[in-house]
Amino acid sequence: MTEAGKVRSGFRSLVSVAWLQAAPIAAIMAFFLVIPIVVIVVVSFWDYTEYDIIPSFVFTNYTDVFGSWVTYETYFSTLRFAVLTWFFTLLIGFWIAYFLVFHVRSKTWQTTLFLICTLPFLTSNVIRSIAWIPVLGRNGLVNSALIGLGVINTPLEFLLFSDFSVVLSYVHLFVLFMVVPIFNTMMRIDRSLIEAAVDAGASGWQVVRDIIIPLSKPGIAIGSIFVVTLVMGEFITVRLMSGGQSASVGLMISNQLNYLQYPAAAANAVVLLGVVLLIVAAMMRVVDIRKEL
Amino acid sequence: MPDSDSDSGSVSRRYFDLKSRRAEPEPVRLSRRVVLKGGAAAAGLAVGSGAVRGFPTIWAQNIKNITLRQFGTGASTYNEIAAKAKEDLGFTIELAGLDSDAVVQRAVTQPKSYDIIDAEFAMLPKIIPTGNFQPMDITRITLFEKVVPIFTKGEMPDGKKVSLQGTAPIKVSYLTGKDSKTFSKQPTQWFNLMPTIFNADTLGIRPDLVKEPITQWKQMLDPKYKGKASILNISSIGIMDAAMICESMGAIKYGDKGNMTKAEIDKTIGVLIEAKRAGQFRAFWKSFDESINLMASGEVVIQSMWASAVTAVRAKGIPCTYVALKEGYRSWAAGLGLARGLTGMQLDAAYEYVNWYLSGWTGAFLDRQGYYSAVPETAKQYMTADEWGFWMEGKPAKGDILDSFGHVMEKAGATRDGGSFEQRMGAVACWNSVMDENRYMVQKWNEFIAA
Repeated sequence: MTEAGKVRSGFRSLVSVAWLQAAPIAAIMAFFLVIPIVVIVVVSFWDYTEYDIIPSFVFTNYTDVFGSWVTYETYFSTLRFAVLTWFFTLLIGFWIAYFLVFHVRSKTWQTTLFLICTLPFLTSNVIRSIAWIPVLGRNGLVNSALIGLGVINTPLEFLLFSDFSVVLSYVHLFVLFMVVPIFNTMMRIDRSLIEAAVDAGASGWQVVRDIIIPLSKPGIAIGSIFVVTLVMGEFITVRLMSGGQSASVGLMISNQLNYLQYPAAAANAVVLLGVVLLIVAAMMRVVDIRKEL
Repeated sequence: MPDSDSDSGSVSRRYFDLKSRRAEPEPVRLSRRVVLKGGAAAAGLAVGSGAVRGFPTIWAQNIKNITLRQFGTGASTYNEIAAKAKEDLGFTIELAGLDSDAVVQRAVTQPKSYDIIDAEFAMLPKIIPTGNFQPMDITRITLFEKVVPIFTKGEMPDGKKVSLQGTAPIKVSYLTGKDSKTFSKQPTQWFNLMPTIFNADTLGIRPDLVKEPITQWKQMLDPKYKGKASILNISSIGIMDAAMICESMGAIKYGDKGNMTKAEIDKTIGVLIEAKRAGQFRAFWKSFDESINLMASGEVVIQSMWASAVTAVRAKGIPCTYVALKEGYRSWAAGLGLARGLTGMQLDAAYEYVNWYLSGWTGAFLDRQGYYSAVPETAKQYMTADEWGFWMEGKPAKGDILDSFGHVMEKAGATRDGGSFEQRMGAVACWNSVMDENRYMVQKWNEFIAA
């Protein structure tokens, strides 16, 4: 049906009105999401040389991806970063949200504290990562302080350019993505439920376990999706904070782009997309976000 | 951040660019004799008239509107040079500094985004086949005959042959014709890159934290420096440092370090992975600034380094030595290349700029950063006798030696690490390179980084 045709019959049929209303976002998604992904998939089957990419249909990019132990090792380390970051952001994010919602009584303070949480996010990711380097370095703030206090004699080497510093930086960068959705769902919890539970003799911990956590599940799920997908595709923080010594899938793709291996990078991107979609699907199975929102 | 949209755009654009360009018949080549005569005459004329920047007045009117977009590696991207060029030539040079990988990437994929590239000679085997560069006509380079013969003849000024291991500049200096994509073994009229800076690289150390003399490449992997060493993570350069180390350890004997076999690559990467797993490295660096920070903060005490990074660490008042090693140096060179799309007045301006670059002021500026420049003779005119003695002749400084920004680099009495130009460039063991097995090497290098 042509666009004009749609418009003419549209007013009579509610269905076509709905289609029309969805059209702008559909067009935007098609242009900025679907087409680029299709291009990436197509290019992932192309061949390449040092300085050129050659349209063709080869599977070498995929056999390179699946045939190399680097891929598995890199996915393993990226997943490990994702799990650790998810765990700590959830732990910290949940309690921050809990505090803001249930312990801060005044609306003004709630909003103020919430805004304070977002303040660091006004600076760029990269700067927030780099700022850790003088703090954690061999002669950095933490080490000088500890040595000055006589707690340690030799500087702690693991603080910087290690998996520790990568995870620390991720948690710092992404904790807000956990706080916000959990805060939102917690705000919607009916307070009378908590009163009823307390009246029925529930302890504070029982209230958290049986009422607040189950009712915050959609927020936790949304926050988890944010954090996990962000970590899975990340490449700058991991390079800066590991001193270039750790790999992540994003970094692997970025390296391939640097070496002009676009088809190889595309194949890797397709695989990464698949893996992340699987993870998100798994999360959605655990928590039905739409039902519980 | 690579945005998938723009990337895929540039990929397809590039593909069509390549397709649409057809090989044109090569013009008749001038004989070397004629070319050299022409070049010498032009050089003589320029020196005689005392003006290297004597451009025709016809376009002096319009020249102010010309802007040349130049990008290159951070090593020679100085706004001071662009400002001086503006002052002397009247037109604008827009500078941007990128890391080496990004320079190749942009040279290859975005040929319309630049007019001039300050590229490394080792990048040429990747860039030239795309046809994105146009070679320089040496008859238009007034000082061509004065350019260090390493680039024009493959030898030192005293006639000694320069090492051919790796992508030695002379292997990629000339093209067979104006529109050719093939390197010429013999000198021709068509020259790819006009050298801006070059140097003999070695290891940098913190003499206050390293308590013994460092005389060999293998000392970088000495367990004494566990967790305090760094190698640069640019595969084409890092692999050469690694080769120097492996050879020095006696672990591997290479046929040609600059063109390894798959087995040699495997062994070299094996040595690196073993060291990495043992915790030898503190970090890997990719950009020049990272290497400065690692060294200045004391995170690293021995590492791959570039000369001007050593200069920068010293200018902060932190001791840093660029050690002369028994096995010799790993050398590299960068130079200005012209984009294929340059024509007419833009092209004239580019030639004017290149000629100006060789005329001395820039050479002196870069020499003071610890690099070597293409035409030593002209740079000398802009340096004091003491500076020239210190940087080029390896003589002890008579007074304080300042870097290009006026920071005190060395006190009176100091001598340059490694000595004179002849001692340092004469001891080059290999050049940064792109190997025949480059794709395999990059793959293996990534394994090392991921290990």
